[in-house]
Amino acid sequence: MHDTTELLIELGAIILGLGILGRLAGRIGFSPIPLYLLAGLAFGHGGFLPLNASEEFIGTGAEIGVILLLLLLGLEYSASDLVTNLKTQYPSGIVDFVLNALPGAVCALILGWGPVAAVALAGVTWISSSGVIAKVLGDLGRLGNRETPVILGVLVIEDLAMALYLPIVTALLAGLSLSGASLTLVISLGTVGLVLYLALRHGRIISRMVSSDNPEMLLLVVLGLTVLVAGVAAELQVSAAVGAFLVGIALSGEVAEGAHNLLAPLRDLFAAVFFVFFGLSTDPADIPPVFFTALILALVTTCTKIATGFYAARRAGVKRAGRWRAGGTLVARGEFSIVIAGLAVGVEPRIGPLATAYVLILVILGPLTARWTEPLARKLLPHPKPRVEPEAAAAQTHADSTAAAN
Amino acid sequence: MEPTAHFTKTALPGIGTRYDIDTEAGRHLSVVVHQDGRRILAFHDPEDDDNCRDAAPLDPSESLALAELLTPDPVGHLHQHLEIDLVTEHIPVTKRSPFAGRVLGSTQARTRTGASIVAVLRRTDAFPSPTPDFRFAIGDTLVVVGTREGVDAVADLIAGG
Repeated sequence: MHDTTELLIELGAIILGLGILGRLAGRIGFSPIPLYLLAGLAFGHGGFLPLNASEEFIGTGAEIGVILLLLLLGLEYSASDLVTNLKTQYPSGIVDFVLNALPGAVCALILGWGPVAAVALAGVTWISSSGVIAKVLGDLGRLGNRETPVILGVLVIEDLAMALYLPIVTALLAGLSLSGASLTLVISLGTVGLVLYLALRHGRIISRMVSSDNPEMLLLVVLGLTVLVAGVAAELQVSAAVGAFLVGIALSGEVAEGAHNLLAPLRDLFAAVFFVFFGLSTDPADIPPVFFTALILALVTTCTKIATGFYAARRAGVKRAGRWRAGGTLVARGEFSIVIAGLAVGVEPRIGPLATAYVLILVILGPLTARWTEPLARKLLPHPKPRVEPEAAAAQTHADSTAAAN
Repeated sequence: MEPTAHFTKTALPGIGTRYDIDTEAGRHLSVVVHQDGRRILAFHDPEDDDNCRDAAPLDPSESLALAELLTPDPVGHLHQHLEIDLVTEHIPVTKRSPFAGRVLGSTQARTRTGASIVAVLRRTDAFPSPTPDFRFAIGDTLVVVGTREGVDAVADLIAGG
């Protein structure tokens, strides 16, 4: 009885605290993720307000948080979105992978953490934060910009790549042999392919089976289905998160929209719990020793992300300024770096503090680079004389004369 | 009818759909339709056409109102030819009015003036299309529609002229 009371008090205090932090973040127009992480650090072992009773409860909540994060990510994309993006943007996806996964892997190897941790840290530095970036694009009024579909395309490919990457990491971390890992990979590749095929060809049938006019039924059916599939996927060593992602992809149309609206608040709650949990399991005292490493890694991967965006935007025929904007916007890392680090912590505990510091730096730096990369590049780099095309020049004079007339 | 201008459509995965249009005057506009129904109207920067100079977020009701303003009204120009200068006025029934306490039919307003009493406002209530047996009370306000002359004549009649 006493335990339950303590649990309620602690849990209530944590969630209320998160609510206040979230409002604070909203007030200053920032992503709440760094604040949640800091809160977790403060509540955890070695923090200045350690909590014990609710840790197991929060651990389960964190797991649900990851599942919901991936489910809603899947709901946002239709299977055709994924396939079209994959067809048109795969070179950018490859450049993105090579430029941004390598620094993480190399860093882990230099630190002597071994190949498994290298694969995990590669994921941490590779995946940009769709959540932060979508918000930044909206806030800066850039949704109408020409480079925006390119940025989103890169994010879509990253998210799809997660469906392959997560099972590999899960298998490696579980210490499976090479043959075991490749079996897992085959299973997950097969499942991803099958789900994409079903969603493309028979998405309506799946959605109709799940569909319900009653929000309560829809919520229960979608949540139940997702958690069940996630559990089965975890049992097969394919990673629970990927199972959830695939459920999200398979649902489309009205069902997806309804489920999205119903589950978004739930996702926000459990995702916040997840970030706190990650912070909880990290001892703040471990951060200062790795902070410098994290900072260097952050700076290197900031540059590589900018290069990625620059390349992807150039492929799409965007002009110079837009290429810089695309690069700067992609810098933010967030939820998925933490998800991956969260998986890896069991095998290589030192990845936790490093990933925390890394994400803290980049989740704050990301919105800033999104805003300032282009003006800075304009100022610092000698600007090549723009080729004046007759038509553009005419439009320019026209604009000038209208301006003068006004 | 004018031909419809051409716009291009771009999917923004995870956000919605974007429509771009290049106007005759050389401006580039885009409308982002969010999945949740919000819309964003963006104006492109003429000096850097990849970039938006300004973006206005609109909630569904605002975009509906804007759309109504922007839609060229297909019957609007007809009104100008059919216009017969009708006016609407509010005429009070004061205690000096000879019709206070009498029924609408007794005024014979429409026969005498050509204007119609289309509604009566009484404190908290409104009575649309009052019948000839509707009884006026002091403090009522009559809503009268007719030509300028007709409405003025009703006003005189009600006031007791």
